[in-house]
Amino acid sequence: MNGAALLEIRNLRVRIEGQEILKGITLTVRAGEVHSIMGPNGSGKSTLAQVLAGREVYEIVEGEVLYEGEDLLRMSPEERARRGIFLAFQYPVEIPGVSNLYFLKAAMNAVRKYRGLPELDAMEFLALARERAKLVELDESLLQRAVNDGFSGGEKKRNEIFQMALLEPRLAILDETDSGLDIDALRVVAQGINALRHPDRAIVLITHYQRLLNYVTPDVVHVLYDGRIVKSGGKELALELEEKGYGWIAEEAIGSART
Amino acid sequence: MATPTNIIEELVNREYRYGFVTPVEEELLPPGLNEEIIRMISAKKNEPEWLLEWRLRAYRYWAKLVEEGAEPRWANVTYPPIDYQAIRYYAAPKRRPKSLDEIDPEIRRTYERLGIPLEEQERLAGVAVDAVFDSISVATTFRQKLAELGIIFCSFSEAVQEHPELVRKWLGSVVPYTDNFFAALNSAVFSDGSFVYVPPGVRCPMELSTYFRINASQTGQFERTLIIADEGAYVSYLEGCTAPMRDENQLHAAVVELIALDNATIKYSTVQNWYPGDREGRGGIYNFVTKRGKCLGRNSKISWTQVEVGSAITWKYPSCILIGDNSVGEFYSVAVTNHYQQADTGTKMIHIGKNTRSTIISKGISAGHGQNTYRGMVKIMKGAIGARNYSQCDSLLLGDKCGAHTFPYIEVHEPTAQLEHEATTSKISEEQLFYCRQRGLSAEDAVSMIVNGFCKEVLRELPMEFAVEAQKLLGISLEGSVG
Repeated sequence: MNGAALLEIRNLRVRIEGQEILKGITLTVRAGEVHSIMGPNGSGKSTLAQVLAGREVYEIVEGEVLYEGEDLLRMSPEERARRGIFLAFQYPVEIPGVSNLYFLKAAMNAVRKYRGLPELDAMEFLALARERAKLVELDESLLQRAVNDGFSGGEKKRNEIFQMALLEPRLAILDETDSGLDIDALRVVAQGINALRHPDRAIVLITHYQRLLNYVTPDVVHVLYDGRIVKSGGKELALELEEKGYGWIAEEAIGSART
Repeated sequence: MATPTNIIEELVNREYRYGFVTPVEEELLPPGLNEEIIRMISAKKNEPEWLLEWRLRAYRYWAKLVEEGAEPRWANVTYPPIDYQAIRYYAAPKRRPKSLDEIDPEIRRTYERLGIPLEEQERLAGVAVDAVFDSISVATTFRQKLAELGIIFCSFSEAVQEHPELVRKWLGSVVPYTDNFFAALNSAVFSDGSFVYVPPGVRCPMELSTYFRINASQTGQFERTLIIADEGAYVSYLEGCTAPMRDENQLHAAVVELIALDNATIKYSTVQNWYPGDREGRGGIYNFVTKRGKCLGRNSKISWTQVEVGSAITWKYPSCILIGDNSVGEFYSVAVTNHYQQADTGTKMIHIGKNTRSTIISKGISAGHGQNTYRGMVKIMKGAIGARNYSQCDSLLLGDKCGAHTFPYIEVHEPTAQLEHEATTSKISEEQLFYCRQRGLSAEDAVSMIVNGFCKEVLRELPMEFAVEAQKLLGISLEGSVG
């Protein structure tokens, strides 16, 4: 719990199309930690994930974000990725005609080049890809198929975790990776996440439901409500949310706003 | 803010890399076109009387078309009227080499800069090159080795001298000079090109290629290519093209004729990278080309693959006339239009023989203010029992100022025929770009990867050396464009 601060978000306010979505987020994530951000639909969870990854359609109104002590918001999406930020997409994107392997080899070598590491050749990469595919029980035939093209919902989510396992990020943000998964797929994805827990790596799990947290135990749970983190606690907070829903948090939040 | 649109713009705005001029002394005919000029061209080439007569008949036909104002206007392209009297119809380097060693060092250097070293020993194994510089062929490599197999690969001019019976038999048999305006013009003034004859049963062991280079200003290039694959023969032929950057528009009006006899196969691949003009649409080549193949024999096959990234305007429809029973025609095309480029390209598949099959895969990519039109015809004649066609036309738009248009014409006179046609139009989405960048790829690499993925079915038809080249070219020609 006392790793270096990897990500420091200070009073972050974000707008899209004139509407404020994040209304002052402050959050510190240290290396080795797993944070879970929970909240009802529309609370701003995905916006936070996308802003951290560098999606350019959002307008930063105020606040700052430091990653490894540097100004994250000034970096391009690819620079963030190369420095070790990985976003597992809620809706992974299809790229017809581009094989999964080719895509990931290019991505991996872009990252390695940035870090001054030698690029992997096709054989080295294939060996590594096969090994990591096992981690999420990803069917090897999916490596040859076009990126996410015609993948089932579950296959897409596994593919995201597979990519994470390959790219070995320092900060992984998983945006509702559990949604749409049946119980077996959920277990496999959770195994993959657990296997990647590492003292040098932080993981932020964005989720609507508590069920993923049955398999991946977070160090900290935050509740995001209406663009603000209204409550933080240990893993028992997730259970409480599961039991009581988000209603009481809302009331509490409104109550505290009045005082 | 780096929106996808302006990333594509940046991508598309990279410079044309082959825009230099070679300082070489050229022999030039004065601009303008009349019977005298045609006689001069023919005399320079020491042509037999029948060929001069053929040229003159073509010229008179063309002159009549000009008089009638019959220059074709149906294509979905716009350009100011061409002044045919302002064009020079012949330009040739003064020093004529007798062998490869005697080539003007400047010309040798030109082809080196273009990545086409003429030294045979330096060639990647398996490609013989005919280099056409303005109006004439300056070098043909590997001739001796091919001759041992009975394969004739030489410049058109040499073929006229050395194999007049073959030229006379087949010239104009696929594209008669009356075919269209530009074919008539070409027939009158063509100056050189490549000639290939593969004898019965011979499989040509290497790729044959012609590299066309326009160098002189105010000059048109009118080459003519004739390829004959005799019974059971196989040949794969490639062509590449570049030109210097100039503010004026230059005309390139070529004719290509292919003939495949029984059980013969011709694979014809083009990577066209003529100067496309600048980003305001100034200059560039008008590429008005007639390409057609005749599958005369049973079980013959003609396959066209083209990657069209250059030229201010492209107007070409590599086609197949499927006469022999069971013959096969294929057309695989990638056409890119960026800045103010315009392309109206596609194919015609004419099914005459029984059980003839054709496949059309067309990928149009538009960026900047580019306008990209697919125009294709599938015609099944009565008696073409069991004929089949599959057509797929996909368009990809980068940005919101470009256009994609599809005009498929289908004419079926045979009830047993089966035709399928699919068409899609898509955009590179902001989501796709962001996804790639989030994995560490630069925006340029992301666009290039998405575009290459889009074109994959066509690119994989290209011979290996060309496929790599074409992939790079696609990346370069879309530099400055993302959307």
